[in-house]
Amino acid sequence: MEWILENLPHILELTLDHLLLSAPAVLAAFLLSLPLGRLAVRLPRLREPLVGGIGLLYAIPSLPLFIVLPLILGTSIREPLNAVVALTLFGLALMVRSAADAFGSVEEDVRLAAVAVGHSAGGRFLTVELPLAGPALLAGLRVVSVSTISLVSVSAVLGVTSLGSLFTDGFERGIVAAIVAGIVTTAALALVLDLLLVALGRVLMPWRRPVPRRSASRSAEKGAA
Amino acid sequence: MIEFRQVSKTYPDGTAAVEDFSLTVPSHTTTVLLGSSGCGKTTLLRMVNRMVEPTAGSVRIDDVDVATVRPVALRRSIGYVMQNSGLMPHRRVVEDIATVPRLNGVPRAEARRRAMELMEVVGLDPQLARRHPGQLSGGQQQRVGVARALADDPNILLMDEPFGAVDPLVRLELQRELRRLQDDLRKTIVFVTHDIDEALALGDQIVVLRPGGRTAQVGTPRELVEAPADDFVSRFLGLGEGRRKLRAAPRPGGGQVVTDDAGRPLGVLDDADGGPSADAGE
Amino acid sequence: MTPLLEALDWVLTADSWTGPGGLGVRAGEHLLYSLLAVGLSALVALPAGLLIGHTGRGRGIAVVSTGVTRALPTLGVITLVALAAGIGLTAPMVAFIVLAVPSILAGAYSGVEAVDPQIVDAARAQGMSPVQVLLGVEVPLGMRLILGGVRLATLQVVATATLAAYVGAGGLGRPLFLGLRNYDYAMMLGASIVVILLAVVLDALFALGQRLLARRPGTA
Ligand SMILES: Nc1ncnc2c1ncn2[C@@H]1O[C@H](COP(=O)(O)OP(=O)(O)O)[C@@H](O)[C@H]1O
Ligand SMILES: [Mg+2]
Repeated sequence: MEWILENLPHILELTLDHLLLSAPAVLAAFLLSLPLGRLAVRLPRLREPLVGGIGLLYAIPSLPLFIVLPLILGTSIREPLNAVVALTLFGLALMVRSAADAFGSVEEDVRLAAVAVGHSAGGRFLTVELPLAGPALLAGLRVVSVSTISLVSVSAVLGVTSLGSLFTDGFERGIVAAIVAGIVTTAALALVLDLLLVALGRVLMPWRRPVPRRSASRSAEKGAA
Repeated sequence: MIEFRQVSKTYPDGTAAVEDFSLTVPSHTTTVLLGSSGCGKTTLLRMVNRMVEPTAGSVRIDDVDVATVRPVALRRSIGYVMQNSGLMPHRRVVEDIATVPRLNGVPRAEARRRAMELMEVVGLDPQLARRHPGQLSGGQQQRVGVARALADDPNILLMDEPFGAVDPLVRLELQRELRRLQDDLRKTIVFVTHDIDEALALGDQIVVLRPGGRTAQVGTPRELVEAPADDFVSRFLGLGEGRRKLRAAPRPGGGQVVTDDAGRPLGVLDDADGGPSADAGE
Repeated sequence: MTPLLEALDWVLTADSWTGPGGLGVRAGEHLLYSLLAVGLSALVALPAGLLIGHTGRGRGIAVVSTGVTRALPTLGVITLVALAAGIGLTAPMVAFIVLAVPSILAGAYSGVEAVDPQIVDAARAQGMSPVQVLLGVEVPLGMRLILGGVRLATLQVVATATLAAYVGAGGLGRPLFLGLRNYDYAMMLGASIVVILLAVVLDALFALGQRLLARRPGTA
């Protein structure tokens, strides 16, 4: 406890670093998944290669990916960009499937009805499909957000600064409090972001309670390294 | 003989599905529970094999309260056919039919042999034995359901709208076959339906139910048609409708032509006897 | 591309695979840890998950615990247990199991829950006992999702097993961290590639299994 109080500014700093790695990755994964998911529904033949192919990324252990990725990006292992790209790929692996399922579940007849009313293709996407797919998209986004935040820490063993640094420092110097503080703060951060997403969903989609129970419980999750 | 003694069922959510219902189902006959959807037919039927426990009263089979029999043993001794056939999608037809004999410890080969026999009894091509239910038509699935219920030769057969989901022509065919089977087997059948024609076609005894599982009238098909107890029964049987108001008129070649209210011909009545012979109804 | 070539060169050299600290031994350790952890987890989580799915009881607890462990950073769990239990295999094992149990649990109960309730009802009405319903109907029909949980757990554990070396155990994390410490990018990269291959191959095997199961009639 004493250690935590003494190091509060440090912990806050690491929390910010953690957020700066995870938030862009979650956002990028979400934004990229929308056109990809929509495409998978529009062109059913592309669905399996697209969803399945990107989903394969998920099988790649994260620590090795952090190490291999610089080969392609030309970054160094410790650069934040490297971590952000790796995390985006993992987020995408989960989110593309959620997005494809979400758009796929937007009933055909609702879409047809909207065509009859005279929306343009773009207008229809924004005014009809996106709102209807919203709850399922949100469910997927929540899973991506939580797993990304817990995933960031691993990069600490490579020297990328985040809340994970509390684990590496704590372990090397034998400070239990540092590790506990890291776990609690990471979990709290995940929880806060999750609540924010739920609140955002309530504001943007007041007509529906978010998160169909089944789809949330069945969504995949990603371990560490 | 099956007796319902003042049974009631209130589901945990407060729905009173059945209230104070009593009935005697004589052995070796078919009793039809007839009523519209939600009036408690399924609830009553499932009390017999303890798939539903009454909240009051008791069900007795040959003077034994079913509450004293282990549910698993009880169910294995009673055939049960349901609307959506309830076949096991992962099992082959022959294995599914052999389910209860296998549960009762009949050796595999013997159970299979019986299953194959039963397929013939219910009019199924033995070639279908190795299929899965998904590869059968609706009518074939219902036949498998009946065969499975009969597999260990139970005394009692519970049938819950077994032909409700197949198309009308197949339904008539299945009803005919059930009558033929029952002539041979003489099981004690409790048959649930909301289809008045089906009830008249199959029932030795018909129980017309009001919502809440209350009895409106019990009687043979003929008694019901001849003397409906009240307006509810009369309306339920459709006696006010044109299609049940029949007229007979002399026919040039002898006998009588039977028509409905609108004058559409339904069949011919011989002079020889005035019995319930005409192919009226359907 | 030179680093990649160097890494491949290192991976493809027979010397890298033989000997007490060679890739062969490390890969063996890696697999052994993973199988042990998934096996131990399944021993607890499969029966528990099947029971939750069958009875519908305890579902709330299972959902919450799955959510909580999803938010737990594995590196934190490993280092914390390692400080308490000391260097070696205990800490990583505890972390692996913490990681694997919720996935297997969730797969098991959602597999059972996904089975059409009318089929389960029909099975009971034929006189199957609860155990017979579970093993004869719910498990075979829910197998694809049940296996999906084990697949996810295996994936997570194989990935995380790399961290075992961080607290002094073996596995493919050894050459990875050794390379990291000695600025030997070829070794680090080579080890990473082997881990990735291992994970992808295992996952492909599971995918194949699930695909075969999906072809079975009636599978949920
Ligand atoms: N498990 C249950 N829980 C709560 N209510 C039920 C349950 N099963 C049936 N009911 C209700 O009890 C009433 C009678 O149902 P049921 O016996 O299935 O009628 P029927 O078979 O005649 O359609 C209905 O109102 C139905 O909604
Ligand atoms: Mg019913």
